[in-house]
Amino acid sequence: MIQIRYFASLRERLGAHEQVDAAELPQPRTVGALRDWLCARSAAHAEAFAAARQVRAACNQVMCDDDEPLEDGAEVAFFPPVTGG
Amino acid sequence: MDTNPPWMDELAHVRVGPADFDLSDEVARLRADDRGVGAVVAFVGTVREWQAARGASASELGFELEHYPGMTERSIATILAQARQRFDVLAMRVIHRVGPLAVGDQIVLVAVTSAHRQSAFACAEFLLDWLKADAPFWKKESVGRQGHWVEARDSDQQAASRWQAGQGGAA
Repeated sequence: MIQIRYFASLRERLGAHEQVDAAELPQPRTVGALRDWLCARSAAHAEAFAAARQVRAACNQVMCDDDEPLEDGAEVAFFPPVTGG
Repeated sequence: MDTNPPWMDELAHVRVGPADFDLSDEVARLRADDRGVGAVVAFVGTVREWQAARGASASELGFELEHYPGMTERSIATILAQARQRFDVLAMRVIHRVGPLAVGDQIVLVAVTSAHRQSAFACAEFLLDWLKADAPFWKKESVGRQGHWVEARDSDQQAASRWQAGQGGAA
């Protein structure tokens, strides 16, 4: 299973957590492929990702790019650009 | 609340949570009676009244900071380790509040000690620029039932990027 976490506006639209079976994802399994797969499967996801504009991602709690490979058991987070400080 | 996580030491302290902080107390802990300290730089960020909040009563206003528990603390610790390599500093302290806050509340403390002022100023600015651009925190502002997530500013990304590729403020 791949654990997915959402934050800020994405969390409000999609909930804080979900998980997907890694075997369902197309190869090669990457963070970008997961996002595209989620958006193709559900209009709610497509709208939430589009509304947040430049969605950033982290894999196992480290910021990453779309081409980051995904292992089964990974924790992937999607969130809008950060605004702390 | 006030103990360092195991991956930190006394010279690089991170605290993320709802509790407020006292600047004098934090600076005293940062200095820790180190006789080599010649400079203390401390930055406090506060909740500024935003455009839509003007004229609204305090009871209508909402301000909230969300974070990514675990990743947020670890990513700050990583940048403190980088700062230690990069600047000639003695000790660093970063406190970032989360949860509901009010206009005027303290949000963030970045405090640094060094022997000479240049390193402490540069290091504090480096840490702040990085926090604004890369640390997983998100601000939400609301007036009554109308809320919005604050948008990231390009200027914050630009401020952080000037520290890349060895530019700006070597120790």
